[in-house]
Amino acid sequence: MPRDARPVIEGETLSRVSMSDPTRELLIKLWGIHGPLMFHQSGGCCDGSAPMCFPLGEFHTGPSDVCLGIFDVSDQEDGSQEIAFWMAREQFEYWSHTHLTVDVVPGRGSGFSVEGPEGLRFIIRSRLMETAEPFAR
Amino acid sequence: MTVYAAPGTKGSVVTFKSRYEHWIGGKWTKPAKGNYFENISPVNGKPFCEIARGTAEDIEAALDAAHKAAPAWGKTSTTERAAVLNKIADVIDANIELLAVAETWDNGKPVRETINADIPLAADHFRYFAAAIRAQDGDFQEMDGDMVAYHYAEPLGVVGQIIPWNFPILMATWKVAPALAAGNAIVLKPAEQTPASIMVLMELLADVLPPGVLNVVNGFGVEAGKPLASSNRIRKIAFTGETTTGRLILQYASASIIPATLELGGKSPNLFFDDVSQEKDAFYDKAQEGFVMFAFNQGEVCTSPSRALIQKSHYDSFLSDAVERTKKAVQGNPLDTNTMVGAQASNDQLEKILSYIDIGKQEGAKLALGGNRCDLGGDLSGGYYVEPTIFEGKNSMRVFQEEIFGPVVAVTPFKDYDDAISIANDTLYGLGAGVWSRDGNVAYRAGRDIQAGRVWVNNYHAYPAGAAFGGYKSSGIGRENNKLALGHYQQTKNLLVSYSENALGFF
Repeated sequence: MPRDARPVIEGETLSRVSMSDPTRELLIKLWGIHGPLMFHQSGGCCDGSAPMCFPLGEFHTGPSDVCLGIFDVSDQEDGSQEIAFWMAREQFEYWSHTHLTVDVVPGRGSGFSVEGPEGLRFIIRSRLMETAEPFAR
Repeated sequence: MTVYAAPGTKGSVVTFKSRYEHWIGGKWTKPAKGNYFENISPVNGKPFCEIARGTAEDIEAALDAAHKAAPAWGKTSTTERAAVLNKIADVIDANIELLAVAETWDNGKPVRETINADIPLAADHFRYFAAAIRAQDGDFQEMDGDMVAYHYAEPLGVVGQIIPWNFPILMATWKVAPALAAGNAIVLKPAEQTPASIMVLMELLADVLPPGVLNVVNGFGVEAGKPLASSNRIRKIAFTGETTTGRLILQYASASIIPATLELGGKSPNLFFDDVSQEKDAFYDKAQEGFVMFAFNQGEVCTSPSRALIQKSHYDSFLSDAVERTKKAVQGNPLDTNTMVGAQASNDQLEKILSYIDIGKQEGAKLALGGNRCDLGGDLSGGYYVEPTIFEGKNSMRVFQEEIFGPVVAVTPFKDYDDAISIANDTLYGLGAGVWSRDGNVAYRAGRDIQAGRVWVNNYHAYPAGAAFGGYKSSGIGRENNKLALGHYQQTKNLLVSYSENALGFF
């Protein structure tokens, strides 16, 4: 069952980001190793155009970033394991019409993203939303 | 036509070791934690060697070796340092086929390119910087009759370098050559997708470099790259890769108060003005090849011309010729010298490219060619091959804005000069661009109006040493490939000397 991030952008009520089951399982394993985590979607070459997962506090977000949603990966869904999904604001302007699903594939490429040693790589699968302001209802 | 034997098989020009340790202090050094990871060839999807899985402890050991070697290397005359760089070039030149086949096997790119481009360019790069450091003069000013200011370019000391997997040996060279020329000792962390070919080169250079001057630690980004980038024992960090990691690198650099140079990719526009189609001559043929350059290195180039902007007035004819030209690109066994398009460097690259082809279709981009994974059959069946793919659409679509890093080009028309420049610059990036026009004034003005660090005029994908390379906007900071790069690896010492015997009169 894909798990949805709760919407956090002002005015939005529909979830923008979800994650596949294998993603959630991997994140729980990584949380066990690294503690609380977050995502930042990277642009650019090489291992870019893919989400990076860092221990919370490692990567400094700020006014040039936007949080698309907050996942709760805990089994009980009680808010005990929240993972925020961030993107650079300039990039988001070109992405805002698509819904994103975080998935996992076998792979090596990950910059400093924490899943690298597992032989797995996070990847984004996208779905086009049909309306002009699809996430605000 | 030659098909090179796969490494380790009968008749092969190169054999990999079954396991590669780190290269620290001039010798093979086992990883402190004793762990290794398997290295897969994208040619067939199978592992072919094991690589030391470096950790912070190994980075510390490499930094120790670099710090030990740095003072003497920094004081070595430029004459001697240049001689070392020229010897490195000689070793590369003497082993072109061996290094080319090793590179092809580790990265998946066609041997036609490693033999003719990657490896010779690497040798030449060392020669360029050998020359550049010899020709670098300091300067001085006479302030007045009694005071002279002397300016010296001194090395930084120990520097960290993290390189990508798309041109493993060449990308290492772009960073290593200026840093060594300038008198620094280096800790280099190769990409985990392509950790082997560089170690083949290091083994050949064992007697050329003084021990500890160049140290190589392999491993995963989070385990080895991060300790290097965040170390307060380096005086500079250089990185080529993606934007988020680039931001992290800058963060770590700020904590250590050190400079960082970054190359973070692009979405480079290739502009074809309609005068190109005036005649179907050699130049038109060259422009057609220029279009197909999106497939060079399987699209895994930060400057890939992944957006083609074709003037409306010749859009249909130019594009239909370009589609036919792309169909002629030979995709196949990377060890076959006829092959032009090889394998993508890893499984996750392949998956990412396919996911972008999917979103392209969803957004309504029209598929003019390709769009599928390829199974080349036989031994190559498990390899990571994607068909050269051509989309038509609008510049606001995600396939026009995001770096796919595969053999995929997004094509859109432009009305006139202003429209061309506006679309060309409507991107977060500014690394490369191509301008094709028979009109020198148009070509010049477009080159100056496009916000990119490298604009190819009437050519593409040439990387001669001496031509400065680097990004505008989110494509990064700093320049490589030109003597400018020496400045990134040096600091200025001003000796302000008084020749007066008398006190100044302050106290």
